[in-house]
Amino acid sequence: MPVPRQFIINETIRNLYFHVPMWFTMMLLFAGSFIYSLKYLRSGKPEDDIFAAELTVVGIVFSILGMLTGMEWAKYTWGAAWSNDPKQLCTALSMLTYFAYLILRNGIKDEEKRAKISAVYNVFAFALSIPLIWVIPRMVDSLHPGNGGNPGFNKYDLDSMMRMVFYPAVIGWFLLGVWITTLRIRLKLIQHKEENSY
Amino acid sequence: MRFCKTLMMMAKKSALSILLLMLTTLIASAQSTQPEMADTMRSNGKIYVVVLVLATIFAGIIVFLVRIDRRITKLEKK
Repeated sequence: MPVPRQFIINETIRNLYFHVPMWFTMMLLFAGSFIYSLKYLRSGKPEDDIFAAELTVVGIVFSILGMLTGMEWAKYTWGAAWSNDPKQLCTALSMLTYFAYLILRNGIKDEEKRAKISAVYNVFAFALSIPLIWVIPRMVDSLHPGNGGNPGFNKYDLDSMMRMVFYPAVIGWFLLGVWITTLRIRLKLIQHKEENSY
Repeated sequence: MRFCKTLMMMAKKSALSILLLMLTTLIASAQSTQPEMADTMRSNGKIYVVVLVLATIFAGIIVFLVRIDRRITKLEKK
């Protein structure tokens, strides 16, 4: 598939099919986790808590992959792996809040207490991630496309040929992320059943 | 005799300066021909950056799946 010829990014424009869907998948999983946390707070079912926790774990894995691929990409196009770009900083902050979610869960022994506190925390973490990832980087100058004064990939970089690859790739990564999450959820549900059976 | 000596010294000095000049031009030309670093990563339109990114994602997902596999094994042994 041909891609637009551009200086500096050259062939690395193809990373669009890998780096960007990582973050999309992370966002999907975190959104799912947010919904299940709200559900838990309404229903109080331990299954909903398991769903929320596992969605967050896989979301964090995708965020780490997105961060690593972004740093590798930046090394050869922006000149440095970490250049304190606003989007890098804010995303790192958001990732830290989710790392804290895992630590919080590990820190509480009582099951019901853990589920309730982490559900409330997760709602806050998701609410915080929206301005950190989607709003603040767009209001200031950033090296990322589509922020500050830079043109977005959408305007003229992402041509129809790239769209033909990009959208199916996003769907594929979504499916992979959701499938891995279901594996973990099924595992946890079996464990939960065993623990409560005797 | 003395004149000869000074002539010799001048010749030596000029030879040295010419050598120095040649050396600097050589270094300058060498610098101008290869300014780019990390040559393999930047060769062929930086395609190896894409390879690196793919390898990272693949390795990350494999490690994660192996961890899930271990948990399943643990559960099976119960």
